[in-house]
Amino acid sequence: MTTYIIRRLLYTIPIVSGVLLLTFCLFNIVGGDMSIEYAGKNADAETIAEIRHEYGWDKPLFLSWDSQFIDHFKNALTFDFGRARDRELVSDKIKRGIGPSLALTVPMFLGVLIISVSLALVVAFVRGTKLDVLVVVICIAGMSIPYLSFIMFGQYFFAYKLGWFPVFFSPELSIPEYVTLPVLIGIAAGLGGNLRFYRTVMLDEMRSDYVRTAFAKGLNARRVLFKHVLKNAMIPIITRVVLAIPFLFLGSLLLERFFGIPGLGYLMVEAIGSRDYFVINAMTYISAILFVLFNLVTDVCYALVDPRVSFE
Amino acid sequence: MNSEQIKDKSAPEGRSLWQDGLRRLRKRKLAIACFVVVLIYFGLAGFIYIAEFFNWKVGPVNWSQEVGEQYQPPSRNNVFGTDIFGQSVWRKTLYGAKISITVALCASFISIFIGVPLGAIAGYFRGFVDEIIVWLYSTLSSVPYILLILAFAVVLRDKTLFGYKLTGITSVYLAIGLTSWVGICRLIRGEIIKHKERDYVLAAKSYGCSRARIIFRHLIPNVFHIVIIDFSLRFVDFIHAEVILSFLGLGEATRPSWGAMINDARIELSRGVWWQMMAATLAIFFISLALNIFGDALRDCLDPKLKTEQR
Repeated sequence: MTTYIIRRLLYTIPIVSGVLLLTFCLFNIVGGDMSIEYAGKNADAETIAEIRHEYGWDKPLFLSWDSQFIDHFKNALTFDFGRARDRELVSDKIKRGIGPSLALTVPMFLGVLIISVSLALVVAFVRGTKLDVLVVVICIAGMSIPYLSFIMFGQYFFAYKLGWFPVFFSPELSIPEYVTLPVLIGIAAGLGGNLRFYRTVMLDEMRSDYVRTAFAKGLNARRVLFKHVLKNAMIPIITRVVLAIPFLFLGSLLLERFFGIPGLGYLMVEAIGSRDYFVINAMTYISAILFVLFNLVTDVCYALVDPRVSFE
Repeated sequence: MNSEQIKDKSAPEGRSLWQDGLRRLRKRKLAIACFVVVLIYFGLAGFIYIAEFFNWKVGPVNWSQEVGEQYQPPSRNNVFGTDIFGQSVWRKTLYGAKISITVALCASFISIFIGVPLGAIAGYFRGFVDEIIVWLYSTLSSVPYILLILAFAVVLRDKTLFGYKLTGITSVYLAIGLTSWVGICRLIRGEIIKHKERDYVLAAKSYGCSRARIIFRHLIPNVFHIVIIDFSLRFVDFIHAEVILSFLGLGEATRPSWGAMINDARIELSRGVWWQMMAATLAIFFISLALNIFGDALRDCLDPKLKTEQR
């Protein structure tokens, strides 16, 4: 078991260096020197040179101990992402944004999960009936409506027209006040795809032999659904859940943009607007690290839970 | 398909995978209706290209023409009303189809041209080549999809590559195409590994076919239905990605697109101007719905055993 974990850990090294190589190619080679844009229109050559020196764009790309390539790896491995365009430390910005982002994404994620899994159980039970067809049609229709439209119509009707919720974030509001409407919109938008996925998982289980056996020995439907089917369907559900966790830290790009919630999604949108490569680079790297980490956790959990998974 | 084949009258005619799949597909009325909807969108995009090329004076091409006062609500003359400049929202919506279809098609071609050969080579040769390619796509897939597209789009925007300036939608479809070949590469690799052991590959080898010929003439045509299925389902994601990128200001700036229309509508909604929003939403909704249903039907008909994430 220990050797398995160690080997699995070693396997993350090429992936992480791959991500670093990718971000280096993107932001240093293709992106390159942004000093002229950062300095503004009326900057003299001296200011440009100063900015170029400050962000290290005057260093050679490769082939030197002080090259941009070495710096890129060194900074990433020590989690030092430098300063953003407005001279604030990128790591400070990220630390500040993580709270509001999680306050938004965690309730949203749990809401979608609980509602779609329980609905999926019901739908799997009434499979083949008109109700089932209706639910599938609604799911596909929900998946086809663009996310932006969900947000904008939701904000317009519930916050602006009806005035049930605040339209925009402001610092004096408490967390539940400004988070409720975005969470509800996020749940509505995410339900279609998720319900459809879980329905498929449940239907696969419903066709198994053990379900027939359970019904044959006279168990009632509720017992079969919740004791047998749900437990066996847990494996694909858990995989999906664990792999979704790293995305929670990213916040929601569009929801935060619309409701002005100062989380990581908002930070990202701002960085795109001002072409702040340092923030985008840091976000890309951190989310990749989280993804690799949680992938590792899933694999180890599999090995612990399912004896059929071999350690070889 | 094989029309030149000599037909033996006594034996029942054999059917290829495609003929079989299309026969099954034809029985599904809903799927065919959806296919017609998709064709209409494609036809519209193609028509706008032709009309622009020949300088025809038709509605969608003249989207910048003022047709009335600003912010006119929907009426008989203007189905979706007018926007801030008095331009017809209906014409802008039609024109937006061209942008969306172009982006999604180009992105599909880019990712097919990267993903399919790489997947085939990895699956056929295995060993060291396989490890490199698997490493490449596991690296790409460990960055969240939307973040990766955004990073590519931000960096590629207004850059000059090989003497060609990437403006407007070019950077959008490059960003989407360069990041989304992972899925198809993985599917093709898995399928090629299975097909590699089949007899027809052995036969081709015994004829002395080169490895390139085996891969590109024998193996890829036999797994190509997977590409078709995958892309009929993935096309929707590309259209939605274009909308989000345009909305974030990374897309087409000078011509109307659905994402840009939604971005305009953000300010208009507070004034009660809902028609531009509605027009763009409906346009996206119908093509997504049609593609979702058609893609599912196509998968069921061509390859019932194939399991992708959503079914």
